[in-house]
Amino acid sequence: MKFPLVLALSLLATPSLADWQQTLDAARGQTVYWNAWGGDARTNAFIAWVSEQTETLYDVSVQQVKLTDTAEAVTRVISERTAGQDTGGSVDLIWINGPNFLAMKEQGLLHGPFVGDLPNARYLNLGPTSPASIDFTVPVEGLESPWRLAKFVFTYDSARVAEPPRSMADLGAWVAVNPGRFTHPDPSNFMGSTFLKQALIELAPDASVLQQPVTDAGFAAATAPFWDWYDALRPNLWRGGETYPENQSVQQQLLNDGEVDIGMSFDPASTAAAIADGLLPDSARVFVPENGSIGNISFVAIPYNAANAEGAEVVANFLLDPAAQAHMQNIEVLGSFSVLDPSLLDDAAKAAFAALPTAPSLPTVAELGPTLLEPHASWMTRLTAEWARRYTK
Amino acid sequence: MRHDGRLLRAVVLGVVGLGLIAPIAVGLWQTGRAAFGILPALGRDMVSLAPWHELADLPGVATSLRLTLVTGFGSTLLSLMLATGFCAAVHARMNPSVGARMLTPFLAIPHAAMAVGLAFVLAPSGWIARMMAPFAGWERPPDIATVNDGWGLALMVGLMVKEVPFLLLVILSALSQIPVARHVAAGRALGYGRGVVWIKIIMPQVWPLIRLPVWVVLAYALSVVDMAIILGPSNPPTLAVAVTRWFTDPNPAMILPASAGAILQAVIVGLAVVLLIVAEALGKRLGRWWLRRGGRGLRAEPGLWAASAGVTALMALGALAMVSLVVWSLAWRWSFPQILPESWSLKPWTSAQDGWIRALSNTLLLAGATVGLSLALAIAWLEGEDRAHRTRAPWAEALIYLPLLIPQIGFLFGLNVGFLQLGLSGGIWAVIWAQALFIFPYVMIALSDPWRALDPRMIRAAAALGAGPERRLWAVKLPVLIRPILTAAAIGVAVSVAQYLPTLFMGAGRVATLTTEAVTLSSGSDRRVTGVYATLQAGLPFAAYLAAFMIPAIVHRNRRALSGATAA
Repeated sequence: MKFPLVLALSLLATPSLADWQQTLDAARGQTVYWNAWGGDARTNAFIAWVSEQTETLYDVSVQQVKLTDTAEAVTRVISERTAGQDTGGSVDLIWINGPNFLAMKEQGLLHGPFVGDLPNARYLNLGPTSPASIDFTVPVEGLESPWRLAKFVFTYDSARVAEPPRSMADLGAWVAVNPGRFTHPDPSNFMGSTFLKQALIELAPDASVLQQPVTDAGFAAATAPFWDWYDALRPNLWRGGETYPENQSVQQQLLNDGEVDIGMSFDPASTAAAIADGLLPDSARVFVPENGSIGNISFVAIPYNAANAEGAEVVANFLLDPAAQAHMQNIEVLGSFSVLDPSLLDDAAKAAFAALPTAPSLPTVAELGPTLLEPHASWMTRLTAEWARRYTK
Repeated sequence: MRHDGRLLRAVVLGVVGLGLIAPIAVGLWQTGRAAFGILPALGRDMVSLAPWHELADLPGVATSLRLTLVTGFGSTLLSLMLATGFCAAVHARMNPSVGARMLTPFLAIPHAAMAVGLAFVLAPSGWIARMMAPFAGWERPPDIATVNDGWGLALMVGLMVKEVPFLLLVILSALSQIPVARHVAAGRALGYGRGVVWIKIIMPQVWPLIRLPVWVVLAYALSVVDMAIILGPSNPPTLAVAVTRWFTDPNPAMILPASAGAILQAVIVGLAVVLLIVAEALGKRLGRWWLRRGGRGLRAEPGLWAASAGVTALMALGALAMVSLVVWSLAWRWSFPQILPESWSLKPWTSAQDGWIRALSNTLLLAGATVGLSLALAIAWLEGEDRAHRTRAPWAEALIYLPLLIPQIGFLFGLNVGFLQLGLSGGIWAVIWAQALFIFPYVMIALSDPWRALDPRMIRAAAALGAGPERRLWAVKLPVLIRPILTAAAIGVAVSVAQYLPTLFMGAGRVATLTTEAVTLSSGSDRRVTGVYATLQAGLPFAAYLAAFMIPAIVHRNRRALSGATAA
């Protein structure tokens, strides 16, 4: 078991203010190259806001490196290690999740543990089973710092769909009646694989095995009903399941164009945000599977060879500031739910969250239903590989 | 004098060798090592064929390969046939300089921007479908794969919209070196139809002049990434896209089969060029036999008219795509089946202002630096040839074309590793260098023919008046050649603006240009912001072409022979 070790490490890394002052001093004047997916204009604008704030407060500026895919940043760090560039690397901070985190952690490509050193980490629930401590069942061990909450939701156009399907079994029936009106992003994209995982959790005979690393026998048993369901679903998908949108944003565009009736997102507020931006019709709404949906936390990590690691820590800490989190949760800004534990906040911070504006297409926390744990990362790799083997001919 | 020329040639050759050829060799070497199992960063240091076995076992590889071959060869062959047919049908009635001017917007717009526009025009929810919707009674877009189709037809159309104008330009400039009217008259007097004269007499003379550009088109079509992501099928995609995806897979070990795929991509392009050479040799033999047979019965006119109609349709599609980008950049809500936006707004321009201004200034800086470098090098090369009184050896010609024939994905990963080892990656300099690899060849190709076509009497007159080589270059050649030099510069700007993979890999993603932003944003959902970037992306090279037309007219306003007809 790794837990005692983690505990020991986190005790050792208890923040002392003197250490943090050293970090702040070292960070002064640094420019942090934050590698983050750049396909969402609101996220890009939020990162620009973060840069303004950290520049004023700490003399640290943030430069977003807009990625088409997070793995680009991982590849970059690997190229640098291949070339022997173990310091002064070009990537300072990565918006990272799941398999990319696992890959970097296993290859020893991450700086840290550093989360325990961040003063604002005191607002986080870092208990061993908290979502902030486990990324896709992989223990975080202080190597990445949370910044925004993600939860799987469907988006639909209420003007076209009266009663959306509330479970994967219902979805199968709905698609059979409405052929060509549903699809999911390509499983090589994380949103596409999340959809498959959500279906697997709902359809697996015993979902608890998904929390353990996958085995050959276990995989066959757990996925058999899923493949039956998917084989029936696929011919009735958009374009006969021959091609898939590249990611959820492209699918949102299809929803806006009326090519499909249902979209999906990992951000419950994205629908309200898209309506405000004129990217979805006013009648767009959110629904979640009735038995709960997969949720996780988006993290930021620092590569082992980052040129501006101190600045990156300052930015990671700023992202956890209650005022910054409330600003982020504002639907008019980004609308991403906060990662802070409400019970750890002081009254002023609580009031800031309570005062945030709302919108008809913005679900309440109660409407979002229970959060299901991500399966072990090995399941996702196996599931998407098997999907490709079956359907990529 | 000869000695002077030799020194200049040696310097130019050294710069080309170290600056252009060495990086490609280093890149291929590093990628090749990974393809055969050597990647020390992952602790792999044994030579093995495992990456190739892994590559062969990846799902859909065979389909990807088929797609690549069908779209690459198909689009090139069709483009060539259409461009030839079009020239045969309308050449006699066309003013070449007007024709070249009409082609400019199609040449200027980068592939990625054209692809974004075409994707909207062709999609089942796109512009054409919206125009048909009231008549067909569609309330919802029909579920037909008109883009991202499994056969890659949309990708082929996209490639053809870009390649046909390029080939037309190349063929037109080749035709200016052949007495077409006399040959057609002679052929018709002997009883051959117009189309047959073109096939039997004109094209065999044109082919040697356009052979290399056709190779470049084929190599490009076989290895295109940005356009294939936007218009091509996704499950599986073409080989080049698949390789790009594998390079960016969350599992770093995928770099090994990805490298093998990159090498495979390079081999395919190499084999394709060999195939063209073999076909040319066969065609020569068969053609001679066919010519001597002297058959006159064949009528090729319907084919010519079909080609003209095809070219017109492609141009109309391309024009529609370009207009749609501008309209989207000014739209707020625009849903199916509205033909025009329901609400308009300048917000896409204003809200993304900081972003596009930064991208625009980076793009301008890169274009200026790379085009300046490439022009200086090209002029030095040509002047070196002049001073040595030599024509270009075939190997030198091949050297120039090399960067255009080797697929970028084949050596960029390795090149990045090489640059990193020199401590060069991630900066604007690395990007300038990497882009110049691809801009220099185009500038060189565009400048060579006009340079050689320079009236030698002017140089002789200048020499007779006592002007040395330096003075002849600065006072005679460059001013007289200002139009082709600016045209070459405009082509260079267009190529620089369009560079995607080199900017991404060498800039470590930090150097944001209009093209990297447009491709990143096209993976998002906001067509309006994509429209802003694509409009700028197309507008910048267009402005460069415009300047290439305007500046000589102003500079030489009192020199009629220099300001009017193009020397290109």
